[in-house]
Amino acid sequence: MSYIDIVPIGEIEEPFLLSLKQSLFQTFKIQTRIRCRGFDLSHVYDPTRNQYNSSGLLLQLINDASPETLKILGVTELDLFIPIFTFLFGEAQLNGIGAIVSVHRLHNQFYGIPENKELLKNRLLKEGIHELGHTFGLIHCFNLRCVMNTSTYVEDIDQKSANFCRFCEQEVLHWQEGKNI
Amino acid sequence: MDNQSVGILIVDDEFSVRDSLYNWFRTEGYRVNTAENAMEALKKLQESQWDIVLLDIKMPGMDGIELQKHIKKIDKTIVVIIITAYATVDTAVEAMKDGAFDYIAKPIDPDKLSILIRNAINQRRLIAENIQLKQKVEELSLQDEIVGESPQIKKILEMIDVVAQTDATVLIRGESGTGKELVAQAIHGKSNRRYFPIISINCGSLAEGILESELFGHEKGAFTGAQYKRKGRLEMANGGTIFFDEIGNISTKMQMDLLRVIETKQFTPLGSNKILNVDFRVIAATNTNLEKEVAEKNFREDFYYRLNVFSIHIPPLRERPADIPLLAHYFLKKYAQSMNKKVTDISPEAMKILTQYDWPGNIRELRNTIERALVVVGKKNRIEKEDLNLHYLSKPNSMEIDSLEDLEKAHIQRILEKTNWNISRSAEILKIDRVTLYNKIKKYSLQK
Repeated sequence: MSYIDIVPIGEIEEPFLLSLKQSLFQTFKIQTRIRCRGFDLSHVYDPTRNQYNSSGLLLQLINDASPETLKILGVTELDLFIPIFTFLFGEAQLNGIGAIVSVHRLHNQFYGIPENKELLKNRLLKEGIHELGHTFGLIHCFNLRCVMNTSTYVEDIDQKSANFCRFCEQEVLHWQEGKNI
Repeated sequence: MDNQSVGILIVDDEFSVRDSLYNWFRTEGYRVNTAENAMEALKKLQESQWDIVLLDIKMPGMDGIELQKHIKKIDKTIVVIIITAYATVDTAVEAMKDGAFDYIAKPIDPDKLSILIRNAINQRRLIAENIQLKQKVEELSLQDEIVGESPQIKKILEMIDVVAQTDATVLIRGESGTGKELVAQAIHGKSNRRYFPIISINCGSLAEGILESELFGHEKGAFTGAQYKRKGRLEMANGGTIFFDEIGNISTKMQMDLLRVIETKQFTPLGSNKILNVDFRVIAATNTNLEKEVAEKNFREDFYYRLNVFSIHIPPLRERPADIPLLAHYFLKKYAQSMNKKVTDISPEAMKILTQYDWPGNIRELRNTIERALVVVGKKNRIEKEDLNLHYLSKPNSMEIDSLEDLEKAHIQRILEKTNWNISRSAEILKIDRVTLYNKIKKYSLQK
């Protein structure tokens, strides 16, 4: 059996992970499981930026994939970056296996406004589906309501839905048919 | 432009930068490629079309500034965005002076990159639209051709080519209907001012007060009836050309005003206290003998010399009969197309009449004759002698005219055409009174 693995990197509240697990299953119709493991953060931490290198973490995630892992999604509270960018909401391998999402900048508190747990859960779900969507070969979608629509600002995440438009949904189904899933 | 049709080339010597940006742009759906140095970039630029180049300034070998110059030589419409470290912002600004669209500092804020790329695509689209519009303008400016192969016309075409490249004032002379405005348009269309308007004003058809207001414009309330502010033709011609048709017909006061405007390129709209600066080229046309008018003190000598910098004389059609068949076929093709008629030829008999006639109304008259013939030609595929309705217009010595009445009818028609159906003027020339002329028109069923 093939799985979408959700791997928390550091501390993530359990209800968030369970909600994400259920939603990913509903979206991709693929069994989803939560796998916990340790990470060596010293190699990916940049003290000058006080951020964590997303690509380095993604590499650790992929290297740990099990034979049943179809896709792997890392979820973290850490603030992610890649050298060329100041920050990232998430990173994914286009048509690959791994993706990673940071909750750090999805918190309302990051922008100096009161925390909203429900909103945060929704944002995490949308970004999780979005980054996993890239691993299914999807590129950014022009449909403003589609979850694959690009999110430059956190408000953009709130504007889109947690669902694929029919074209992106077709692409995911097509990908799965190609792999006999 | 959808993302998939936009090509982005990333040029940076650092693998991590190339790789990160490559992946980022791919997820955005762009067509993307990378180059690690200037030579590889130039090779890829030669191989295929790129819309945006993201260019690192500091690279071993040829740096970004130098590479940008080469890129602009290959395709000056490519949008170049400079990637720079904070320490080299000054150099990035320098690159922008050399034509870079913008620069972005490392590490890049993804928000800013998204906006920058969107703006760059818009810029690229605007450049493409601008090129298309310029092509369209060029096509439109060539729509009405100057047709003819006679030595006189060839000489005029040469003169147009020469004078179009300058900003010299041109005086076009020739009888009514010879195509003076067409020559003015051709000069404008071939000049560097062609992307700006050519504004025509018929000085002969407007009363002095109206002409003044038309030319200079006016403020609201400048005179009775000036309910709104109005831009004058001189202001509208800014950057382009102003064409004064029938310049010989303006008053001496207006000649003085225009002389001042042409010399200073400044004027004040009626009712305004603001001086406007304008930049236009002047082309004037006349069928009046200006030298005679100057001698008789009806036309200011200084204004005459200011206009007569470069003179083009268009000979009447009767002096270049070799051009008549060409022109006739040109108008035949043009009007057959617009009227959706399948008329493709003119019979030898009809052409004989066309070439024998002396065309007092010149090309305009020939054009109207062909247009009229196409209306009456019916379902035939060529114009016949009878379609021309020119038997009364043929030369007086034509063998086809066999009665005094025919001669009178043809002569009256000719004079009417020559005066553009000005009854008083025609009556004066024919030395009959206007009532008699009206009776003759009725008798011979003459039509405009």
